[in-house]
Amino acid sequence: MNVEVRLFATFRNGRFKKKNIEIVENETKVKDLLNELGIKEEEIALIIVNGMHSNVDRKLEEGDTLALFPPVAGG
Amino acid sequence: MYGYNGKYLRVNLTDGQIKVEDLNEELAMKFIGGRGLGTKMMMDEVDPNVDALSPENKLMVMTGPLTGTPAFTGGRYMVVTKSPLSGTIASSNSGGFWGAELKSAGYDAVIFEGKSEKPVYLSIEDDKVELKDASNLWGKYVSETTKELTKDAPKGTKVLAIGPGGENLSKIAAIMNDEDRAAGRSGVGAVMGSKNLKAIAVKGTGKVKVHDEAKLKELTKEKLAKIKENGVTGEGLPTYGTAVLVNILNELGSLPTNNFQKSQFNGGEEISGETLAEKYLIKNTACYRCPIACGRYVKMDDQEVGGPEYETLWAFGADCGLDDMKAIIKANYWCNEVGIDTISAGSTIAAAIELYEKGFIKEEELDGLKLEFGNGASIAEWVKRMGHREGLGDKMADGSYRLADGYGKPEFSMTVKKLEMPAYDPRGVQGQGLTYATSNRGGCHVRGYLVSPEILGLPEQLDRLSSEGKGTWGKIFQDLTASIDSLGMCLFTSFALGAEDYADYYNAICGTEHDANSILEAGDRIYNIEKLFNLEAGIKPEEDTLPKRLLEEVIPEGPSKGNVSKLSEMLPKYYAERGWTKEGIPTDEKLKALGLK
Repeated sequence: MNVEVRLFATFRNGRFKKKNIEIVENETKVKDLLNELGIKEEEIALIIVNGMHSNVDRKLEEGDTLALFPPVAGG
Repeated sequence: MYGYNGKYLRVNLTDGQIKVEDLNEELAMKFIGGRGLGTKMMMDEVDPNVDALSPENKLMVMTGPLTGTPAFTGGRYMVVTKSPLSGTIASSNSGGFWGAELKSAGYDAVIFEGKSEKPVYLSIEDDKVELKDASNLWGKYVSETTKELTKDAPKGTKVLAIGPGGENLSKIAAIMNDEDRAAGRSGVGAVMGSKNLKAIAVKGTGKVKVHDEAKLKELTKEKLAKIKENGVTGEGLPTYGTAVLVNILNELGSLPTNNFQKSQFNGGEEISGETLAEKYLIKNTACYRCPIACGRYVKMDDQEVGGPEYETLWAFGADCGLDDMKAIIKANYWCNEVGIDTISAGSTIAAAIELYEKGFIKEEELDGLKLEFGNGASIAEWVKRMGHREGLGDKMADGSYRLADGYGKPEFSMTVKKLEMPAYDPRGVQGQGLTYATSNRGGCHVRGYLVSPEILGLPEQLDRLSSEGKGTWGKIFQDLTASIDSLGMCLFTSFALGAEDYADYYNAICGTEHDANSILEAGDRIYNIEKLFNLEAGIKPEEDTLPKRLLEEVIPEGPSKGNVSKLSEMLPKYYAERGWTKEGIPTDEKLKALGLK
């Protein structure tokens, strides 16, 4: 079971842009992946799962796309 | 007066007379300055039905009370006039250093009336103010004009100028300052061009008087800490600039693509802030007293040039189906040189491509230049043709609405009140659609940036696909923005600061007695007077709407698939929040409460 993890902005430093990561279906939560990635919850501004805003307690499923952003903005 | 200089210049270009007039203190207190005070002065002095490009329109270059003071980001000025593009009030805002320099020279504003017989520029060195011949500058690009006017001028002279776009009365022409900062929107550059005014060079040696220096010192420390500790203003914007939004909006399927025909772009990564930072960034730059420094200097072949902002990356990128960063940097550069707005220029090219693809623009009109989504080789050339009004560029120079309407297809123009909408699809960011529709200058993102709560979760996360509560949020954001613009600070501070912080600054610098509520109330007053100008100018309430495509055609694919704008659900609630009739007209009661009647 795999999900695609996409990292943006400073989260890419020393990590990756895009990677498939193995999960346990209906068990692995976003926060479990954060531990694996070495990203602290408080560093995160946006969690996007399959193009919709989400949160650390979201359980992931096969084929999900998880995108993580630190605090950024523009306009 | 403190903060304000208490005087401004009135320049009659028809007879060449220059007068120094006293600022009306009572009006300044009521409408703050900049955008607010400028609109009030337009209402008092100009018939809203005036032809925007006639000598009877006035060009008011305004600063705010905090412009040129130690308040962080207090370098902004605003151009207030009637827009030749939308026919609405125009209030176009820019950073850089020019506004602060005007304050140092001792003036709060420069008001231009009439029309000069020959090209001129205004030279200001403190109290030495002269109109000078600009015949040798006419036709020159913005950087060249700036260099010419600073060459023999006192060190530190700042230049505001138009390029060929403004001279040729392009209705999407910008007024540029400090070479690559732009009062970009609403075609204000054409108003300047219509008056035969090429530039304003200013050098000041004075200092704005501050009411409470000790308090201001305290505030400087406190506000700097807030800006630095905030993840967005302390790290996100300095590191990536505004461009970092590309990937976010694209992930959420709300990045308008190919003239809003789709909302997700396959080439997003190529035109993102991350790619810009990794491959093109030379350094970031800051405007006057700005600790954020979101500006970018980037590589363009062997030159170092001002870099594209998020909206520009979108306009020439996703909206034109183009994933070529080099081509976008070049198109941005040429917009700055000819002096046209990047958002309107990119969106007009996108509309032209659709008109050509669908057979309305004919091959023979292209003069051999490719007009297709994703073509990087031709895009900068289209910008130049628009600025110089060459070939099809002549029709494109007046924006997408007049272009598409000329072919009988106004629905291909992605505009509100004829002003091109920026880089957020209202079908995927519902509240932003409401603030586009109700913006007093037309399709604009900086008149109530609901992207902040709907996309970025600031100050709290709203459901971007729901219409719920958006009327209330829209009004608050619009009112706060109107006050920040009028004070002369940068909107980006509002990621870290709230209404009470602006009140603190205003009180310490000007000796006023504002709090968060009265700052919002002043914004409400400014919003209402803008609306009154528009109504008198003949803008109909039903023009508070969005293009048919966004109301009727669903997003075809991606995470926002199946959505249209829910504008009709949001508008009544918004009007109720504003205290307007259900048709969107301010009531007598509301106007009385705001002291507008």
